[in-house]
Amino acid sequence: MREELLKIIERNSRIDLKELAVILGVEEIDVVNELQMLEEQGIICGYHTMIDWEKTSIEKVSALIEVRVTPQRGQGFDNIAERVYKYPEVTSVYLISGGYDLLVTLEGKSLKEISGFVSDKLSTLDSVLSTATHFILKKYKDHGTILTKKYEDTREKVSP
Amino acid sequence: MRDMLSKQAVDLKPSGIRKFFDIVSEMDDAISLGVGEPDFDTPWHIRDEGIYSLEKGRTFYTSNSGLMELRQEICNYIKRKQGVVYDPQHEVLITVGGSEAIDIGLRAVVNPGDEVLIPQPSFVSYEPCAIMAGAVPVIIELKEENEFRLTAKELEEAITDKTKILILPFPNNPTGAIMERKDLEEIAEVIRKHDILVMSDEIYAELTYKEKHVSIVEMEGMRERTILINGFSKAYAMTGWRLGYACGPREILEQMTKLHQFAIMCAPTTSQYAAVEALRNGDEDVREMSMAYNQRRRYLMNAFREMKLSCFEPFGAFYVFPCIKEFGMTSEEFAERFLAEEKVAVVPGTAFGDCGEGYLRISYAYSLDNLKLAIGKLADFVERLRQQEKKHE
Repeated sequence: MREELLKIIERNSRIDLKELAVILGVEEIDVVNELQMLEEQGIICGYHTMIDWEKTSIEKVSALIEVRVTPQRGQGFDNIAERVYKYPEVTSVYLISGGYDLLVTLEGKSLKEISGFVSDKLSTLDSVLSTATHFILKKYKDHGTILTKKYEDTREKVSP
Repeated sequence: MRDMLSKQAVDLKPSGIRKFFDIVSEMDDAISLGVGEPDFDTPWHIRDEGIYSLEKGRTFYTSNSGLMELRQEICNYIKRKQGVVYDPQHEVLITVGGSEAIDIGLRAVVNPGDEVLIPQPSFVSYEPCAIMAGAVPVIIELKEENEFRLTAKELEEAITDKTKILILPFPNNPTGAIMERKDLEEIAEVIRKHDILVMSDEIYAELTYKEKHVSIVEMEGMRERTILINGFSKAYAMTGWRLGYACGPREILEQMTKLHQFAIMCAPTTSQYAAVEALRNGDEDVREMSMAYNQRRRYLMNAFREMKLSCFEPFGAFYVFPCIKEFGMTSEEFAERFLAEEKVAVVPGTAFGDCGEGYLRISYAYSLDNLKLAIGKLADFVERLRQQEKKHE
């Protein structure tokens, strides 16, 4: 049940517990217990909401920043990653294989705010060798959800 | 011109679905639960392979039987799933959907006057195809008390010395019934005893929710007397690609290939390339879709229990077949009133044979949100009918 449960709530964390039990074919109490266990084990880390800020009147700019760093003895990349992710405007930090080391995503109110963050805070860290900032112009798909188009049922209404 | 039309064609009853389709099409805002195809798009990697084949200019006929590469993949698939071996050279034919395989399969084996056993409720094509092949269709009425499975007794009673072939339509459209190993063993025994053929339409094989699908060809002595039909429409959500296949004994497949060659030439090339990709890398897609169908199936069964609508639990395909006999209406009356009053389309059970009277086919090839909306309306409708009945008493 675990995999199926996770797949369902990954797409819809607001699903009603009773309904979840029905579609999984188990008792509601089992779902409650399983969810609790998943939370305790840190497998479920949160229940967030996907928002297309573009459609609101609130100004938001997001960017992906490639960061090259010097790993520290005994710490590898963990220390520097922690220094970076502590900033609240940083929404994610990934260690990446390939041409650079950290991929940082950032949300800010304006281009200025983001470039300020990069030049003042990020690049000035000791172990940071270089950064490359990419501003996001349009989100087509995020978290497996297509943002630019709505599903339309184009099937014939009745078929054998 | 006198006698412009074929009497046989004119005499064929039009599909009961068609009639209902015409009513529904006129209502723009109707919610439909009447669709017999997946709501998923064909997985992108499969579509991409189709596009790629076009880009590479693979736009010519394939051999009559279909791409060797695809036939080989089909044989691998059947070996993997059913443990039965077919020769891709002589025992596989790629067809335009499972429907073509039904048509030419029957035409390849029956002689005028032969009887074709057709369990109903079942897919709408068997009976007309049997008639057009010059055979006499003999209907076996499946019963809810047997979970709409075919029993050895029912089969035995329907067999005469004219019986040529049994059509075995499981997992079943419209009932969602499946046949388990023990059921098939009993059927196989009768088949062997009376020395008849089987056409096993297993288009919904990937969509079972109890045990893994079992095929009649796995039973002793059945491979050499069975035309196994399957396709890509339901498992891989590829209805519009029109691609199916038939496997069977070489003698039968030779005749089918001949009919196919003259009528069709070959199945669409683009679809065949896409299908190779489906068989090679599509297992995960099938698993995901089947999981989603099963969730919806459970949702519906629970909803029926809550509204106290009688429905046997189906374990295959993507249909439920609730019983509406308590309301004292025919299936058609019920479906028409439900559509008029609640704007939800379901298909009357009678579209799949007279013995579908008293039942409705509800498809769950819809998102849960859609189903919830429609089933809410069904609950209201059912409640209203029961209230009206009470007043009359």
